[in-house]
Amino acid sequence: MMRKSTILRSFISASWLGWKIESNWTDPFLFATYSIIKPLASATILVIMYSIIADAQFSNPMFAYLYLGNAFYQYVPAVLSGISWTIIEDREHYRTLKYIYIAPLKIPMYLFGRGVAKFLTGSFAVFITVLAGFLFLKVPFAINEVNWGLFFLSLFLGIIMLALLGLLLAGITLLTARHSYFIGDVLASGLFLFTGAIFPLEILPAWLRPIGYALPITYWLELIRRSLVGSVAKAFPTFSSLSNSTLLLILVATSLVSGILGYFVFRRCDYLARERGLIDIATNY
Amino acid sequence: MSNPIAIEANNLGRVYKIRNNRQEKFKELTALINVNLTVQKGELFGLLGPNGAGKTTLIKILTTLLSPSSGFATVAGFDVQKFPEEVRKRINMVSGGETSGYGLLTVRENLWMFAQFYGIESAEANKRIKILTEIVGLSDRLSTKSSDLSTGLRQKMNIVRGFLTDPEVLFLDEPTLGLDVEASRDVREFINRWMHDDENRTLLLTTHYMAEADELCDRVAIINQGKVLACDSPANLKKILQKDAIFHISLNAPYGISVDKFENIPGVKNCVLTQKPDEVFLDLILEDESILPEVISETGRQLLRLNRLEKKEPSLEDVFIKLVGQRIDEGENVND
Repeated sequence: MMRKSTILRSFISASWLGWKIESNWTDPFLFATYSIIKPLASATILVIMYSIIADAQFSNPMFAYLYLGNAFYQYVPAVLSGISWTIIEDREHYRTLKYIYIAPLKIPMYLFGRGVAKFLTGSFAVFITVLAGFLFLKVPFAINEVNWGLFFLSLFLGIIMLALLGLLLAGITLLTARHSYFIGDVLASGLFLFTGAIFPLEILPAWLRPIGYALPITYWLELIRRSLVGSVAKAFPTFSSLSNSTLLLILVATSLVSGILGYFVFRRCDYLARERGLIDIATNY
Repeated sequence: MSNPIAIEANNLGRVYKIRNNRQEKFKELTALINVNLTVQKGELFGLLGPNGAGKTTLIKILTTLLSPSSGFATVAGFDVQKFPEEVRKRINMVSGGETSGYGLLTVRENLWMFAQFYGIESAEANKRIKILTEIVGLSDRLSTKSSDLSTGLRQKMNIVRGFLTDPEVLFLDEPTLGLDVEASRDVREFINRWMHDDENRTLLLTTHYMAEADELCDRVAIINQGKVLACDSPANLKKILQKDAIFHISLNAPYGISVDKFENIPGVKNCVLTQKPDEVFLDLILEDESILPEVISETGRQLLRLNRLEKKEPSLEDVFIKLVGQRIDEGENVND
């Protein structure tokens, strides 16, 4: 007997599975320790680099800019690569992708569901990083000055946008059987440079800046910074002429374009994967 | 009136384009050639053929995993390409000889999750898991992580996953591959019982075990190199050989053996050689028994020592040899 819609069922079952896989790879203590140490370690590397280059000027707005950008950028590999990684994991490691594909599921919703666990663990990493920044590194944060409405709205839109980009990447992963585990990492690392995560776009050569302006992640990170530490974000010229609502509008528009692109690329790749017999191919393990 | 046809393949063809590296040009590999099949609702249908015959390719097309290059197929009344979502609601599949499953989850969790994918209520899913795991002897391992199971037990879990959703049409691709004798027997018994419990269930089984096809299937299609060579009940297929005389001869061949000379004896329809370290075996299909003395004479001419001579009743294996010209375990192809 069917009890839930296919869409809801695909999403909920996959979320449960994703969480089981994400949290069960080791014992709970080690999982918690790893979840705390990993984000702190990567933030520490950045802080040490900054302190050497900028002579430890932590009160400079640049520090808060890069610290928060880096903290929230953790969502990009977590969600974007996480969703596409599901294809590799299910197809090549667990050898279950064919059984998922023959089940009455909506594959995009299944992939989004698998991304939920990545989002949750990513959120924990972001929270730990931001908390450490405010507690130990004097990132200028005043809780009563935070624009919570803007923050949660931006976060929500950003995660949807990243999930849709993840779908695009999942489609490409379906077709690139060999070495496809590199794709997510390469893309996330590449975007790190072009989205204003750790430095304003003005630092880039003029001919490279349009890449950053075309990416929704750039606007999303700017909105997150503005909602948390508005004064710091506005110290940089990149988007200072744009209001919050204009930035939101641009984020929605670019996300919509990414979403439509992601959906149709995935559908096309899915079709080609069936044509070429790639749904159950195993090449990496 | 509901559609009495569960599976239909109409001039189904599949060509793979393959290359080993980017410098090479694509080569075409034909896996299926104009396959025509009809499986009635309630039928246990077998696809019998060696590795690489095209059995798995056919199953992949029927389960919507692979697009055909030509022709069309329907499952449960729906075109697999036009209405894949309707097909998926009504089918399930189990592939043998593999260790699929989420190793971090327990057996119960793996099975429960797949039941959720098919929209089965949790309580109903747990009830079915209990019943099915008891039948296949897996009930004491429900709380074991599937990565800790042996290959055989993992295969049993996989089999339960296929039956759990009670599909209208079930595809079993070499379900007993990798299982020991006892486990294979359990699985065959279970398949039989499942089919007899509901006359609307349809099962398509691929195998390269002759006895399995003979024991289980209502009808069998013999497939080789992408072509269906014959399709009928095992009894009717054996009738092809009813007028023939089938002999199994065990020999010692200290100076080697020339099979060609046996094949060239007038009245010898098929001659298949199997070599073991200590002896060789000839499986002969003769037009009639009067040809046998000439065969015996040929063994003498080749200085072969005759150990044993056995007249056989026709089996599916003999039918296969007659149709294909080789044993089922010879000539492993690469396109399956």
